[in-house]
Amino acid sequence: MNFQAIRAIWIYEMARMRRTMLQSIVSPVLSTALYFVVFGSAIGSRISHVGGVSYGAFIVPGLIMLNLLTQSISNASFGIYFPRFVGTIYEILSAPISAVEIVIAYVGAAAAKSIFLGLLTLATAAVFININILHPLWMLAFLLLTSVTFSLFGFVIGIWADSFEKLQLIPLLIVTPLTFLGGSFYSIDMLPPFWRNVTLINPVVYLISGFRWSFYGLSDINVGISLSMTLLFLALCLGIVAWIFKTGYRLKT
Amino acid sequence: MSPIISVSHLSKTYAGGRVALKDVSLEINKGEIFALLGPNGAGKTTLISIICGIVTPTAGQISAAGHDIIRDYRAARAMIGLVPQELTIDFFESVFATVKLSRGLFGKKPDDAYLESLLRDLALWDRKDSQARTLSGGMKRRLMIAKALSHEPNILFLDEPTAGVDVELRRGMWDLVRKLRAAGTTIILTTHYLEEAEEMADRVGVIRQGELILVEDKKRLMQQLGKKKLTLALSAPLAALPASLHAFALSLSDDGSELTYTYAEDGGTAPVAALLESLNAAGIGIADLRTEQSSLEDIFVGLIGKSS
Repeated sequence: MNFQAIRAIWIYEMARMRRTMLQSIVSPVLSTALYFVVFGSAIGSRISHVGGVSYGAFIVPGLIMLNLLTQSISNASFGIYFPRFVGTIYEILSAPISAVEIVIAYVGAAAAKSIFLGLLTLATAAVFININILHPLWMLAFLLLTSVTFSLFGFVIGIWADSFEKLQLIPLLIVTPLTFLGGSFYSIDMLPPFWRNVTLINPVVYLISGFRWSFYGLSDINVGISLSMTLLFLALCLGIVAWIFKTGYRLKT
Repeated sequence: MSPIISVSHLSKTYAGGRVALKDVSLEINKGEIFALLGPNGAGKTTLISIICGIVTPTAGQISAAGHDIIRDYRAARAMIGLVPQELTIDFFESVFATVKLSRGLFGKKPDDAYLESLLRDLALWDRKDSQARTLSGGMKRRLMIAKALSHEPNILFLDEPTAGVDVELRRGMWDLVRKLRAAGTTIILTTHYLEEAEEMADRVGVIRQGELILVEDKKRLMQQLGKKKLTLALSAPLAALPASLHAFALSLSDDGSELTYTYAEDGGTAPVAALLESLNAAGIGIADLRTEQSSLEDIFVGLIGKSS
């Protein structure tokens, strides 16, 4: 195992986060604060409780997931797309580093960044409302699992994209709508039966539901199913990444 | 001399059917400077890219110091440094962070002292904290070299190292390459500047349309295929060549004032001496003389022309 290479890429990627502090950290924190003002205070004041939890507290896991998903995907996709775009990918391909090590380094760095931002979102939320986490270890487990899974998904997008426009395409057109429709700001029990069943096709529903369970012990879907669906998506992403390196898709000619 | 790189029956056909390399076999000796020459699109960069692991070969085997570049890629790649033709740098990162990443990628422990001495040698130390985008073109190219040398490779590939750089920088690069060779590094360079190959290379390979048409010691190549030309300015113009001089490959200028004698570079001085004696015997006076020697460029153009 080329640990030095993993370490070098990890440090390099984390340095970019420091360099782009404004868009990496300030922006997600600010948007979380705005969500709390708009949804928590303005709208939340008209909704008393959801499943026995105040509306402000209810949306916290959804907000963290929203940030976690978008940040995991954007960090990982940009991390691998940028060397492809500027041409420095030659150095990765010509170095004595295996596909597994490349994935560990890039996905690890992206996941670390998004976990940090997830926890920062939680800390921002704690400024506005009182939060008690019922299952903190499960909360961390969901945080880790989701960030790794969606960083892998972002890595796949970063390899697939051949323009900055395409890099934004899936996050903007698919991931953000799925997150908003995945129960970030409401319980899917609030929906009419037909739309509730339609919502179950959305994989993000399972992530948010499981994550919310770790906070308050309440979930729209059985936590075991949530965990299984997340692991299934993780396995799917791993399979695609393995195929990319086996075939050299968009990496080698 | 033992080969440090061995290429055997290498072929590459890109998706879409373009054949880039056809059954190329080549051995690079340890410690030599090998110049790979060829016109644009001949397959030079493809050959280098395959050896370095960037492009997948269609057929054939390659080893670096006995390590197969596919089966034993870690050991093979750890020995190789590559300076690609394009200026491919993360423009927003600092010079020092960039070379530090390159060293780490090749599995080497951080060694700031070595990187400092490397950047000092390449006159980049003063700019170590500068973003790469703020460097001049010459500095960017030196940074590419620093990246390639950051892991102390035994083999260095330089793909068109002096393309688009000024004369001073080019000479600086040549000095650097000589220093590296003196330190034991094997250097393989591709170049369009045949003067560069003539100046530095020990051996030359000529590649054309994916085929390696010649590999030869540079001096021997120039001796075998090079020509010398002796031009004699005559004291008095000649109307025609005397019969006694017909044995020599001479040509008389239109105005009869100059005689030109072309002979093989490895032919020694005997033919010239014999010509001068014959001229003396024929009573032809010489006012002045000059000699010319074919360059590697002349030989290259001749070779490429002959095989096309």
